[in-house]
Amino acid sequence: MSTTKIIIAGFGGQGILFTGKLMTYQGLLDGKYVSWLPSYGPEVRGGTCNCSVIISDEPIGSPIIDNPDIVIAMNRPSLDKYEPRVAKGGKLFVESSLIDRKAERTDITVYYVPATEIANENGDNRLGNMVMHGKVLSVTDAISFDNVRQAIEKVISARHRDLLDINMKILAAGYSGGQAAASRFA
Amino acid sequence: MSEKVLMKGNEAIAEAAIRSGCRYYLGYPITPQTEVAAYMAKKMPKIGGVFMQAESEISAVNMVYGVAATGKRCMTSSSSPGISLKCEGLSYLAACDLPSVVVNVQRGGPGLGGIQPSQSDYFQATKGSGHGDFRMIVLAPSSVQEMADLTSLAFDLADKYRMTSMVLADGTIGQMMEPVELKDDMHETHYDKPWACTGTKMEREHNIINSLILKPEILEQLNLDRYEKYKVVEENEPRYEEFMMEDADICIVAFGIASRVSKSAIVEARKQGIKVGLIRPITLWPFPEEPIRIAADKVKSFISVELSMGQLIYDVKLASQCKKPVYLCSRVGGMITSPDYVLKKIIEVNNLGGASV
Repeated sequence: MSTTKIIIAGFGGQGILFTGKLMTYQGLLDGKYVSWLPSYGPEVRGGTCNCSVIISDEPIGSPIIDNPDIVIAMNRPSLDKYEPRVAKGGKLFVESSLIDRKAERTDITVYYVPATEIANENGDNRLGNMVMHGKVLSVTDAISFDNVRQAIEKVISARHRDLLDINMKILAAGYSGGQAAASRFA
Repeated sequence: MSEKVLMKGNEAIAEAAIRSGCRYYLGYPITPQTEVAAYMAKKMPKIGGVFMQAESEISAVNMVYGVAATGKRCMTSSSSPGISLKCEGLSYLAACDLPSVVVNVQRGGPGLGGIQPSQSDYFQATKGSGHGDFRMIVLAPSSVQEMADLTSLAFDLADKYRMTSMVLADGTIGQMMEPVELKDDMHETHYDKPWACTGTKMEREHNIINSLILKPEILEQLNLDRYEKYKVVEENEPRYEEFMMEDADICIVAFGIASRVSKSAIVEARKQGIKVGLIRPITLWPFPEEPIRIAADKVKSFISVELSMGQLIYDVKLASQCKKPVYLCSRVGGMITSPDYVLKKIIEVNNLGGASV
């Protein structure tokens, strides 16, 4: 029996809620219990934004997370806010092309991923979230990789259907650590 | 049953209403329930239904009054400040014994307050939703699945008892996404409505929907009759869930999002050897008094976990007849109790061992 608690945080417009929905759908496709809780409010593009995702083998009690097993920090305020809350032994993903400091914790595993940079190199600098998503999938067993394309198809809106392939390509780049491996997942 | 899909709580309310035969949605947008209106705006025109954005909440609830008078299933939704505006209409709906469904996705108050989740409209929903003596059936979902299921139930109960059913949710359950399974047709029971104003076709007497009764002896009798009906509701309709209550020393009472946070805290407390359980009212009116009355003879103490300054706690004290101390664990203003916060309270109450403070 396992439960994985994930917080994804950054600026509005970075695909924070999208990434969360994607993970949630993947969990659902895996037959797990899932919940997705967004921050909501008067936020606009460029404001702060976060969401909490839980993927579990058991029914989920609180959708609100005190100590996440995984944190994806897509900007500096998010790192400052959530680094102290990562569960001991948990994983912290830092968007190192946008964040100018290192993590301070030594009891967690920290991954520095220049997500926006990698996304840019692969053709769309808006998709740093997909690089991060790929990276998370590559180092955790909580979410399987196999159903990610199916999940993207569920989450992506109809008018953005043409972005499916670029999403997959950039996700693959994140998964393989920045080297182009899109062919494997096309 | 169809496949499980991910939906926001607010969307689940809207979809369930449509599948329960609601073809009239009258509303006015307000965070954090706007998705209900947005969903209805998108769907209703496609299925021959009516979506109306009224000019205000007061207007919306009076449109509900009008539609309900014709016997059609109809709904309005809002969040706390908007519900206050609707209260006059709720009183009129009750006075005319009109079935309707009203959704309140609560936010922090009083006044305009904030837009983050709250449960501080408990009194308003269960005790004082307008002037005069009346009740509403109040259903409190704690998951997105229940947002759908209880909305459907709300329509059935409203028709069955000719009264308003309120779905009392909060911003968290409204905004969160979870898998939902929806039946294609949730409109289970069809009720005859011989009282509805549908045109006499010159074949019957006029049906009259009116709340102005100037003869006190008649108005008294109408009130007495209505309260006879409420008695039946109180006998038949209380709903609740028990969680780990078999051997509990401490009984948490909580509904909606607070009950979910409490469940997580209970699981942690049990790991520390503290025997704590939960009674979760699903109907807030009629309040499930019986399980709490029974628990009062078994447990050492109660904790009312709520996102209000101590409103639910009154009903816990009444139902338990104050046989055991009842403690309050709450956060307000849009702040939410975390599992850790509730766990701390459980440990504190456990250390007291049933002593009063």
